[in-house]
Amino acid sequence: MQKALVIDPVKCTGCKQCELACSYVKEGEFNPAKSRIRVFDFHQDARFVPYTCTQCAEAWCQRACPVDAITTNEWGVKEVHDGLCVGCKVCIIACPFGTVNYNASTGKVIKCDECGGDPACVKACPTDAIIYMDVEQAGFGKMRQWAAKTDTAAQATQ
Amino acid sequence: MHHVILGAGPAGVIAADTLRKHDAGAKITLMSAEDEPPYSRMAIPYFLSSQIDEEGTYLRQDHGHYKNQGIELLRARAGAVDANNQTIALEDGGEVQYDRLLIATGASPVHPRVEGLDLPGVHTCWTLEDARAILDRAHKGDDVVLMGAGFIGSIILEALVSRDVKLNVVEMGDRMVARMMDETAGGMLKRWCEEHGVAVLTGTRITQITRSKDRLDVALSSGKSLRAKLVVVAAGIAPNIGFLEGSGIKTRQGVKVDGFMRTSAPHVYAAGDVAQAKDLSTGEFSVLAIQPVAADHGRIAALNMAGHATPHAGSLNMNVLATIGLVSSSFGAWDGVEGGMSAATSDADAYRYLRLEFDGDRLAGAQGVGLTDHIGVARGLIGTRLRLGRWKDVLMKSPERLAEAYVACAQGIR
Repeated sequence: MQKALVIDPVKCTGCKQCELACSYVKEGEFNPAKSRIRVFDFHQDARFVPYTCTQCAEAWCQRACPVDAITTNEWGVKEVHDGLCVGCKVCIIACPFGTVNYNASTGKVIKCDECGGDPACVKACPTDAIIYMDVEQAGFGKMRQWAAKTDTAAQATQ
Repeated sequence: MHHVILGAGPAGVIAADTLRKHDAGAKITLMSAEDEPPYSRMAIPYFLSSQIDEEGTYLRQDHGHYKNQGIELLRARAGAVDANNQTIALEDGGEVQYDRLLIATGASPVHPRVEGLDLPGVHTCWTLEDARAILDRAHKGDDVVLMGAGFIGSIILEALVSRDVKLNVVEMGDRMVARMMDETAGGMLKRWCEEHGVAVLTGTRITQITRSKDRLDVALSSGKSLRAKLVVVAAGIAPNIGFLEGSGIKTRQGVKVDGFMRTSAPHVYAAGDVAQAKDLSTGEFSVLAIQPVAADHGRIAALNMAGHATPHAGSLNMNVLATIGLVSSSFGAWDGVEGGMSAATSDADAYRYLRLEFDGDRLAGAQGVGLTDHIGVARGLIGTRLRLGRWKDVLMKSPERLAEAYVACAQGIR
């Protein structure tokens, strides 16, 4: 079964608990700059948009990696293996969503791995703006449609 | 069905894997001219800096990958292609018959006409074999001269610095990474290098290299000379198309392909550094010798070879580079398009720079220094040709709000 993070920006109040939870669980520090999820603030429109990796079926980051450091686990999640990652950063420019980032203190790239099936951001979100559910029920197509338009073939859907 | 792939770099390996996925029963032969398991040239600098061992450069980390996928690895170099009879003549004799052929032979370093480039102690940095030779010669305190500060040269630069050699960089152009970034960015990189103890001589040519005993003397166009134990040549690369002479397969800059990665000969495709394919930014057909493009090409060519007609809408030129820890990147038409508008922000002391180029209200190109957060959105915005609407005005004033603009437009926050 494939599960996915499903984000409903309308429910987001911009409290950024998800960013803190993510950086704490993944990096051991409360540092939003190292969070795998980011909440974008649109003050003027009173909107907040939590934003993270959509775990593309055919992932640009994975294919662009020159050393096979990004693999797909049983839940369809793309994981970066620190032991193999050389920090070349090709994945961070290849990902058209900008959801793979570089961690200068480790020299490796970081991206959402859904915390191995128990995402910290979901637990931290007080308003259910981020939930974790079956891919089939999630109406997950929207971001992947974006993906399809981004590249040279409709690869994210295959 | 027998698919033959010439070249076991990223384009070739990705094509082989894709073929297996989409043409389960086919025979797949992956030919490599080098006596190594398929590896990534891009990983070589990290091998040089001892971050990884040789195995860390391999394109597939699972030792049994090719066997498990039923991909036959063949150590051979193609001498010629007979497109009428669908055969490849191997350089050391023998012949391989194909039903579908992928030319993914990559590129090789260019050797400028400079006397002494064939001397012992002068090396290109392209293959694992080159890397081993450099590892042998570049030790702490050794004098090393790097010829070329383009993209590849600049990546090697970082690896050499990590080996604590005494490095001098000689670049004939007016700046570093001239084909990737503008004067401001190139100037920033040079100043950064100098601040970190690496001399970068731009606007300077190497005119001659001579050897006396175990020492190389590198003569420069400025009249000065540098001594070196090792000279590393990174003067550019050119597609490996020589073996196609007389084959009837059309080549120019590289192997010309159409919008389905097909060459001019039936059943013959090309991908990666050797292919002259569509550039998304210019609409023209050119060689874009970079890893993500090789990955795209390899996959799309393989889908077409497997009978799934898949158009190639064009690839985006993009590069990312770390120079002694300073990260820079560029995307698409970073130098602008005719009639387009431009916005830039820079902080020279902090080594931060971002320049955006627009085509109407669409992003056409971007370049940045010292920025890594969410920079992939530049690819997303350029690739989707997403209309920015009022966000273009926001970006004209505040280019650093690029990721925000992307998310806003994707979410319909106009």
